[in-house]
Amino acid sequence: MKNKNFADKTFFSITRIASIFCLVLIILLFLMLIKESLLAFNKFGFKFFISKVWDPVFEEYGALPFIYGTVVSSILAIIISFPLSLGIALFLSEFAGSKLKEFLSVIISLLAGIPSVIYGLWGIFVLAPILRGYVEPFLQKIFGFLPIFSGEPYGLDMLAAGIILSIMITPTISSISKDVFEAVPRSLREAALSLGATKWEMIKISVLKPAKQGIIGAVILGLGRAVGETMAVTMVIGNVHEISLSLFHPSATLASVIANEFAEATTDLYMSSLFTIGLTLFVVTIMLNIIAKFLVYSTTRKYKKLL
Amino acid sequence: MKKLLTKFLVSILSLNLSLPAFSQKIILINGAGATFPYPLYSKWFYEYAKIDKTVNFNYQSIGSGGGIRQIIAKTVDFGATDAVMTKEQEKQAGEEILHIPMTAGAVVLIYNVPELKQQLNLSAELISGIFLGKITRWNDKKIQQENPGVNLPNKKIIVARRSDGSGTTFIFTDYLCEVSNEWKSKVGKGTSVNWPVGLGGKGNEGVAGIVKNTPYSIGYVEISYAIQNNLSYAKVKNKAGKYISPSVEAITAAIEEKAKNMPADYKVSIVNPDGEKAYPICGFTWLLVYKKQQDKQKGEKLVNFLKWAVTDGQKYCADLIYAPLPDNLVKMVLETIKKIEY
Repeated sequence: MKNKNFADKTFFSITRIASIFCLVLIILLFLMLIKESLLAFNKFGFKFFISKVWDPVFEEYGALPFIYGTVVSSILAIIISFPLSLGIALFLSEFAGSKLKEFLSVIISLLAGIPSVIYGLWGIFVLAPILRGYVEPFLQKIFGFLPIFSGEPYGLDMLAAGIILSIMITPTISSISKDVFEAVPRSLREAALSLGATKWEMIKISVLKPAKQGIIGAVILGLGRAVGETMAVTMVIGNVHEISLSLFHPSATLASVIANEFAEATTDLYMSSLFTIGLTLFVVTIMLNIIAKFLVYSTTRKYKKLL
Repeated sequence: MKKLLTKFLVSILSLNLSLPAFSQKIILINGAGATFPYPLYSKWFYEYAKIDKTVNFNYQSIGSGGGIRQIIAKTVDFGATDAVMTKEQEKQAGEEILHIPMTAGAVVLIYNVPELKQQLNLSAELISGIFLGKITRWNDKKIQQENPGVNLPNKKIIVARRSDGSGTTFIFTDYLCEVSNEWKSKVGKGTSVNWPVGLGGKGNEGVAGIVKNTPYSIGYVEISYAIQNNLSYAKVKNKAGKYISPSVEAITAAIEEKAKNMPADYKVSIVNPDGEKAYPICGFTWLLVYKKQQDKQKGEKLVNFLKWAVTDGQKYCADLIYAPLPDNLVKMVLETIKKIEY
């Protein structure tokens, strides 16, 4: 009897150590990033985040073009992916039969499991030539007066990055939205239908509205993935350290500049500047994740109580 | 069948006996650095393993900057680089690190202009103009002047360059600094620079990929990538005013000029040399070794390998489009290798 108790306790402490390890890892990572960024931060201060110059030869570093590139490419991805994901999630939770639903869910999780370098290769060899040859000249012909569609279409640009990202975050947003929709109790739907609502009205009143917070959470989780995505973006974004309104202009993101320049960062200040970019990325993604988790949790919990 | 089996068993046994593992320990020597000479180095380590079976080389092509950092940190037994160490880096190392030139290679300008049938001619002025963003169209008067009779399209030039730090970039920007004052003051030279124009591709293969897939683009890569990917590359006008297509002979010509009065530390740039047959965008690539080796056994093996690489090993250069070191330089390098203490 005593022995059994001992085994239980040991098992408990092993699992506890394992989970504490997770927390310790995040804290250590954070401290390491702060320590390594100090040199650059002391030298440039907050100017680091608003300066547009990134010049390894003259040792001047500013992160604004990368912050801009990250923000715009991620928002672009959300704009493209959001309606698509919402459609997928609604179809799965409200319309699809159980077999079709299972099948599609597997397909979507498969999409999420494709390594990002594969998306990158597809981006270079398939997407970029199509954008350069057909889509971008077409957009320019019709909407050319808008500054976001100006300039030479290269195919390797902000638009390509946004499209690749939107494909990569669609599984995240759609599967979480689907879970949120399914958390809304049947009784709400039945109530709407019994009051004479059409299917569309029912979805509007008893699915979308109650799940609003959860949907926002799903979008933010998708955003978190888009912000941190490295390989695929590096391969299609064109890697130019400039800020341009045009979506046809190549750009760079926080993650892509680290991936590109880390191996050859020869001076301490250069290295430290890259760490500062890493720290920025770390803080932004953690914040986004916390907000998203909170929103998703608050929706699902609200209806668990109802049930 | 039985015969075959016996033969097989005997051969396995004899193989085992010939393995040094029984008599001697295999020594592992670690190195890291430049990607530019990687194809040649891996060939060397493969061939050298047949000559000295007691040593095994492990080389990670992480880039020149990485190689320098690792040798300073002493996590590797040798480093490799295409850009010489700065004074600051040498101070960090504390001890004397020798630069041993192993071979030289060329950086070529690759382009994708579907209309062009002839090999394009480019001068220093054109290359710096294009990469500074001042010459923006293929049918620019200045390009036309250097390519008389060639039908150049009225299309925008799309510039491709490296997005990651690289020894190839160092050699290319070293050349641009040498030939253009504007480049020198505006951009400078380094393994990564603040590019005025251009799409960034990661690695030689990234730049080759952009050029291959983008009509009317131009970029620079290490020569073997141009040949592997079947891309057209330009003739470049050298200091003597001759248009030279990059080749092993043209790189050798470039080294020979500089090898005549080589400084004792070999830290010399061979861009834009004098010779009539020399291709102007070339660079040495060096191995970095501590003058005082920590480990007697490893030091000895490393020195033996270095001696072999600069003598017998040189015959593998040409096949991979690197230029072998000229004889007088080999003599000089052998003297330097003798100075390594272990």
